[in-house]
Amino acid sequence: MATALPPKLQEYLDDFRFITTREERADFLIDIADSFQPVPPAIATKPYDEAHRVIGCESEAFVWAVDRPDGRLDYYFDVLNPQGLSAMAMSAILDEACSGAPLEQVANISGDVVFSFFGRDISMGKGRGLTELINAVVYHARQRL
Amino acid sequence: MSDIKSRGYANADKLVSTDWVAAHLNDDNVRIIESNEDPLLYPSGHIPGAVEVDWVKDLNDPLRRDYLDKAGFDALASRIGISPETTVIFYGDKSNWWATYALWVFELFGHSNAKIMDGGRLKWAEEGRELTREKPTVAPSSYAAPERDDSQIRAFRDAVLQHIQAGGQLVDVRSPGEFSGETLHMPGYPQEGAVRGGHIPGASSVPWSRAANDDGTFKNAAELRAIYLDEIGLNPEEPTVAYCRIGERSSHTWFVLTNLLGFGDVRNYDGSWTEWGNSVGLPIEK
Repeated sequence: MATALPPKLQEYLDDFRFITTREERADFLIDIADSFQPVPPAIATKPYDEAHRVIGCESEAFVWAVDRPDGRLDYYFDVLNPQGLSAMAMSAILDEACSGAPLEQVANISGDVVFSFFGRDISMGKGRGLTELINAVVYHARQRL
Repeated sequence: MSDIKSRGYANADKLVSTDWVAAHLNDDNVRIIESNEDPLLYPSGHIPGAVEVDWVKDLNDPLRRDYLDKAGFDALASRIGISPETTVIFYGDKSNWWATYALWVFELFGHSNAKIMDGGRLKWAEEGRELTREKPTVAPSSYAAPERDDSQIRAFRDAVLQHIQAGGQLVDVRSPGEFSGETLHMPGYPQEGAVRGGHIPGASSVPWSRAANDDGTFKNAAELRAIYLDEIGLNPEEPTVAYCRIGERSSHTWFVLTNLLGFGDVRNYDGSWTEWGNSVGLPIEK
């Protein structure tokens, strides 16, 4: 039996399946991006350690994974490009879905979910950057399994 | 930033300032067009009255790797309510990288009355100017474009091969890592959609973003000449080809060389590395 995805991520994916128009997709993602919270100073302050930079993300996204007592991870993000709305939306989804989720489920996330959220009509560079954001989250989970 | 007219550009009329745009928001002869890479930016807020032209949805043929044809351009022009006489002002994210790409496509159809808002979306926003989520109501226009002319500012693979065999000027505007071939493969991910990393033989490396200041505005002519003429030795009188990965970043350099430095013959090779780096039998350098 295939390993499940984090429940909140699955919930988002189910919600996005009902989206039929580009405008509706954009409005949904903008609302999510508006909820984005950058990494708190207790976790990291600028200038950030380059080890946390998401390679390939032109919106200058950074990811931190902090161990919890229960063995799971809390994720934190920042997006330095003020116009990096897509990266902010993806970060907000990953934060909500992956922080505190079972590591096996986080490790099971495929980069292809980018297209479930953003559709196929995104540039190669944008798709790559968002995929690398997911990969960074997945990487930390796999490192601890 | 200094006034555009004082920067020494060959064709300063191809640039307008944010002040100019603010003063022409209600000008019926002007259509403001936002073109971004990030599809969320326009719906999240745009210059009042601006329409969106999306590079994937609006400018590309959905079934061939090519741009829209005359019928498609006529329909696009009608949707955004322009006539051949309308002054179109492009702006967008990433230092106007996508705006110059859209402008280049418009010029393939002879709509040369097209300009760039210097500094793009970021400059407008950072100046605290109004952004709205309200989409304008545009009365459809009637537009009859000429057939797309690929002969003047667009280069195809075989022409690029002939160009390099003749020792022609070639500018690779990708990042240094892409130019050297170092960043083709990150762990588990092919970055460029190409089977080989490197560059087209004879190309000089000037990443596109070197032509832009930190605020997204274009550098002045003296600064640009120092890069393209003094540093890599381009001759404005000689034919020049620019390329990147799919022709978007190189449209920015095409705009700089053509309009800001006055090069007479610059073509954008939109097949770029995703074509050249995958093609059987074509030489590369690392």
